[in-house]
Amino acid sequence: MKGTYILAIESSCDETAAAVVKNGREVLSNVISSQIALHTLYGGVVPEIASRKHIEKINPVITEALSQAGMTLDEMDAVAVTYGPGLVGSLLVGVAEAKAIAYAAHKPLIGVHHIEGHVSANYISHPDLEPPFLCLVVSGGHTHIVSVEDYGTYRIIGRTHDDAAGEAYDKIARAIGLGYPGGPKVDALARQGNPEAIAFPRAHIEDCPYDFSFSGLKSAVLNYLNIEKMKSRDAAHLQAEDLARHGVPTGGDAEGTESCQDVFSDGTTKADLAASFQAAVVDVLVTRTIAAAKAQGMNTVAIAGGVASNSALRNRMREVGEAQGMRVVYPEPILCTDNAAMIGAAAYYEFLRGNVADLTLNAVPGLKLGER
Amino acid sequence: MKILAIDSSAAVASVAILTDEAVLAEYSTDYKKTHSQTLLPMIDEVLRMTETDPAEIDAIAIAAGPGSFTGLRIGAATVKGLAMVWNVPIVPVSTVAGLACNLAGTDASVCPLMDARRRQVYTGIYGFEGTTIVEYMPDACMTIEETMEKVNAMGRKVIFLGDGVDVYADRLASMVTVPYSVAPIHLRKQSAASVGWLGLSYASQGKTVSAEAFVPTYLRVSQAEREREERIGKQ
Repeated sequence: MKGTYILAIESSCDETAAAVVKNGREVLSNVISSQIALHTLYGGVVPEIASRKHIEKINPVITEALSQAGMTLDEMDAVAVTYGPGLVGSLLVGVAEAKAIAYAAHKPLIGVHHIEGHVSANYISHPDLEPPFLCLVVSGGHTHIVSVEDYGTYRIIGRTHDDAAGEAYDKIARAIGLGYPGGPKVDALARQGNPEAIAFPRAHIEDCPYDFSFSGLKSAVLNYLNIEKMKSRDAAHLQAEDLARHGVPTGGDAEGTESCQDVFSDGTTKADLAASFQAAVVDVLVTRTIAAAKAQGMNTVAIAGGVASNSALRNRMREVGEAQGMRVVYPEPILCTDNAAMIGAAAYYEFLRGNVADLTLNAVPGLKLGER
Repeated sequence: MKILAIDSSAAVASVAILTDEAVLAEYSTDYKKTHSQTLLPMIDEVLRMTETDPAEIDAIAIAAGPGSFTGLRIGAATVKGLAMVWNVPIVPVSTVAGLACNLAGTDASVCPLMDARRRQVYTGIYGFEGTTIVEYMPDACMTIEETMEKVNAMGRKVIFLGDGVDVYADRLASMVTVPYSVAPIHLRKQSAASVGWLGLSYASQGKTVSAEAFVPTYLRVSQAEREREERIGKQ
């Protein structure tokens, strides 16, 4: 039987990506052109630079995706594209390109929600996974607990009141001289540290048992660093004022990245701090997700989004979930990062439901989950 | 030769279909809707209204910049997608030169002024020998004062056009020392027919690029790059 083939395009932030996906589950190609090295100079994604890079890369990336799949545009059943949420300038490149291709090739156009794409990455990694399940979506821009009731039907159970989890990672990474992107770097350093070295706060939000807040945690870490910085400055002054003034700063050449000592006054290491910060983040993410799953009567818990590739989060969720008799799933790391295969997976179920966009499809930077 | 021409470099969205003999269709809007919403439906409209089979299109001319970064990219991504599927080349045309061609044939100099914000304009100075365009000053991003120094130094009659005219209308009289006039509203803004007219001659000279290689000409680095260069310069 002939399958349904979708050419999917994703350009919502700093990755230009295209993929060919069969029946929403089988990835025939998944091409990603990353700009991380470029944005590292600025300590984070610069929207205008990202948009300029998308325009340079988008055609080669699409051509490569078709070529790796060994297929032609004619053989595609539909063209899918992320139309929100994300950076408007970045989104517009993919949206305008996908519309033109769909129009010129006489193919149906499918607009996909970026976060629904992340959730759907789980369909690729776990071919037997079907709704309903509960999904924790964690990335640089999102921290949501979502009830996936059916394909394309989402209900938000919990959300962050301030920073996204990935955003907190980026800010802490910058403060301890690790630079951008923060998640993988903090994760790697945390593996060498003691997660119980520093007791950072776990915020509870009254009357919202499944919501998150990371601003208090972020402030606690920054306060800790400030106090240590003052202590080391005083010590340095005692030693030799002159040496301190001409001393070579440690770590971090990217813009906005602070220098940070490796060992603090009480012997606690930077790795201990990273591990303790990560433990606090993972703790609230896992306990609240599992509590929400229990309350919703869900036996399957999924993780999605860039932070879903975090080793501590994966391990802890699996440990706590399985102890409760739940199935815990997450995509392989390459499908956690921004990619187009996940967009092709989500688009397939939109295609089956006949949700086709017209030529006026626009980028919607603040698109809400479940909104059409 | 038959070409599709597009200009989405500023508030105006404009598309046209031209042959060497005629402008078969031109559709321009200067309205609040975004180019992302208007451009492709407008292209569809001119193709259908002229019963043009896309297979008849030999090339796509595009106002490549300077202009609104986002506007340029919506146009660029649209033509890169179309050109990839139709397997035709792209003809990049300077937005400023395209504007100047609204007045092709005039014996005065033509100085398009595109509002570039931050108290600057995207501009250039052009003229015509018969109906052939001649560049007197290459496209640049500069202040209105610098632009008027160049215009005055030319020492000849000049016509201004572009959306910068509306922004700087009150100040032209005090800055310009040569005889000048301002293009009337129907000739003042971007026109895909002008872009296409210039594009036809470029295409006949082989001045085309592939869909894969085409990128807009911004004439200005991003704010983040500018600020970083300034910081590095200071250190």
